[in-house]
Amino acid sequence: MSTTDPIIEVQHLSKKYSLGKKREMYHTFSGVLVHSARSLSQRLIGRGTSQTREDFWALSDVNFTVQRGEVLGIIGRNGAGKSTLLKILSRITDPTGGQIIMRGRVASLLEVGTGFHPELSGRENIYLSGAVLGMRREEIDQKFQEIVAFAEVEKFLETPIKRYSSGMYMRLAFSVAAHLDPEILLIDEVLAVGDIAFQKKCLGKMENVAQGGRTVIFVSHQLEFLAQLCKRCLLVDKGKIVQDGPSREVISQYVKLVRSTDTMDLRTRKDRQGEGRVRLTQTWVEDMGGNRSNRIISGQDMKIIATYEVQEYYNCTNLAVSFAVLTVHGVVVVDLGTGTITPDFTENVPRRGKIECIIPRVPFNNGEFVYNALLRSARSGNEVEDWVKNAGSFTVEPGDYYRTGHIAGTASLLCIDHTWNILSA
Amino acid sequence: MADLIIKPRKGLAALNFGELYAYRDLLYFLAWRNVKVRYKQTAIGAAWAVIQPFMNMIVFSIFFGALAKIPSDGLPYPIFVYAGLLPWTFFSNVIRMAGNSVVEDEKLITKVYFPRLIIPSSVAGVELLDFCIAFIIYVLMMLYYQIPLTVQLLAIPLLLFFMVIAALGIGLILSALTVTYRDFRYVLPFVIQLWLYVSPVIYPVSIVPEAWRPLLALNPMAGIIDAFRSALLGSPFDFPTLIISAIVSVILFIGGVLYFQRLERTFADII
Repeated sequence: MSTTDPIIEVQHLSKKYSLGKKREMYHTFSGVLVHSARSLSQRLIGRGTSQTREDFWALSDVNFTVQRGEVLGIIGRNGAGKSTLLKILSRITDPTGGQIIMRGRVASLLEVGTGFHPELSGRENIYLSGAVLGMRREEIDQKFQEIVAFAEVEKFLETPIKRYSSGMYMRLAFSVAAHLDPEILLIDEVLAVGDIAFQKKCLGKMENVAQGGRTVIFVSHQLEFLAQLCKRCLLVDKGKIVQDGPSREVISQYVKLVRSTDTMDLRTRKDRQGEGRVRLTQTWVEDMGGNRSNRIISGQDMKIIATYEVQEYYNCTNLAVSFAVLTVHGVVVVDLGTGTITPDFTENVPRRGKIECIIPRVPFNNGEFVYNALLRSARSGNEVEDWVKNAGSFTVEPGDYYRTGHIAGTASLLCIDHTWNILSA
Repeated sequence: MADLIIKPRKGLAALNFGELYAYRDLLYFLAWRNVKVRYKQTAIGAAWAVIQPFMNMIVFSIFFGALAKIPSDGLPYPIFVYAGLLPWTFFSNVIRMAGNSVVEDEKLITKVYFPRLIIPSSVAGVELLDFCIAFIIYVLMMLYYQIPLTVQLLAIPLLLFFMVIAALGIGLILSALTVTYRDFRYVLPFVIQLWLYVSPVIYPVSIVPEAWRPLLALNPMAGIIDAFRSALLGSPFDFPTLIISAIVSVILFIGGVLYFQRLERTFADII
């Protein structure tokens, strides 16, 4: 083994799920009996059994290598195969074909709080989760103070974590994970944790990890985060790697891919935070005629729309909404929210509703934009109910913003009304 | 560190002792978690470990000892039945708890890698602790009935070993099966109940006709319970029965490990 060998080599990797079989196996003996009787009778009457054998290739012929110390991002739409890839890399499930050569100690972080038990105290859970993630007991002993300090839970160490607030829980969970010390670290969508201050702290810690010569693979929807941390990204779609290259190129390719689907389903997104009593379900962008399209012309009117539903047990009387529009590189262009120029919704909040934010005379000029969607319930102390980053995206093409009959220049992000004077001085 | 190669696994896999050893802390912490969680928010906590065999002893002593007058090889029936209940309680609890253990730790199985064998094995750790607590009652009974200490007590560690591997062997098979077929959750309590009657807990092996004993010994707990009682109470060992049961235990354990390791590859996909 030489140090110049790639630390990870993925060769012709594939993974098949037998959907029909999976469903059948989950059931009971009798289910299997019925199934075998049915397929037998089908065979007897000469019908194929193709319906019962739905094979789904979550990954097919995936190849890539990762060098020692590299920080690699993996992006792709939901169901593209990113998580399957990460599960195989972290040995949770076996591949169907191909192989991976790993030349270092691996730790994976596929959820926040792996191994946590609600009945146990913060102290006990640090040990438990640490051990589950692959730390030795002495290692945890050594890092214990650091973990506690990082999570800011000193006062609650002996409290069962079922009594923790969700923020505290997340902080503790992340803190344990952040103190892992493997050569290869695999991380899935777990970075959107805690309040903003803590998130910044986590990003800082992550950056340290990345710069510490460790090999890291991130799977994330947080494009700006990936753009910042990773030099290289893989774009996975339909079980294949469709692009492998510098992050910014791959990210803009991804945005194009996402744009081709106009309505974003948010129900399946796991990288969200908030109390969850009100949940975002879908989001899209449309014109004033109600046509859903992610292509917007500068200077025309547009609507950003999100649908939500209120959980049965929750009586929602107040709703504050905001859409923060960002460039794909994470610069916040504008934060549109209720409560600034119009009040929050305080009357007749439907259990299932559709929120429209109308932007007349779109001032964005040229480029790809993404937006974060945030719901808060105002009466319960302004609590975040649901926050999904990169909930949707749209492309703006230059148009006649200034109503001059000409298309504005293409070089800028925004158009702003302005006038000129010349005075003698 | 040697390169790790991840590829489809086929056929039978041998136990990877090196890896299990590397994860020994996890085994400890999972067992410790089970102990902690089990008695959380209970009023009398670990006393439950004693109550189960103790109550069984009282009920069995009344019905089988005093009323049905089942012979007990000349020993007081309560201590006779308690000596049998010690290994039996361990065994039945392990197969019951281990059977459900993998399904209950679904979140771990789908989110992080570690040798899956650790999950059912940690159950045995907890039950071993309960066994030790229940043993204290036995010591008190021994003093009360003035049972003399004999050199046969030295066989206990070996018997414990066979008791653990027999229970774990069956527990492993059941835990792997329960992942695919949840039926075993419902079958198990019933099977355990029947199993008690083919194990010499409430009766001595001596009332079984000699010709039938080898058959009885195919139940690994038969030989182990009988030998346990002999070791504790100083009666002679029934070596043929013990040897058959010990061999069956070893076979069950090896078979259980192989079967479990074969099925564990699909756990994350079908759980």
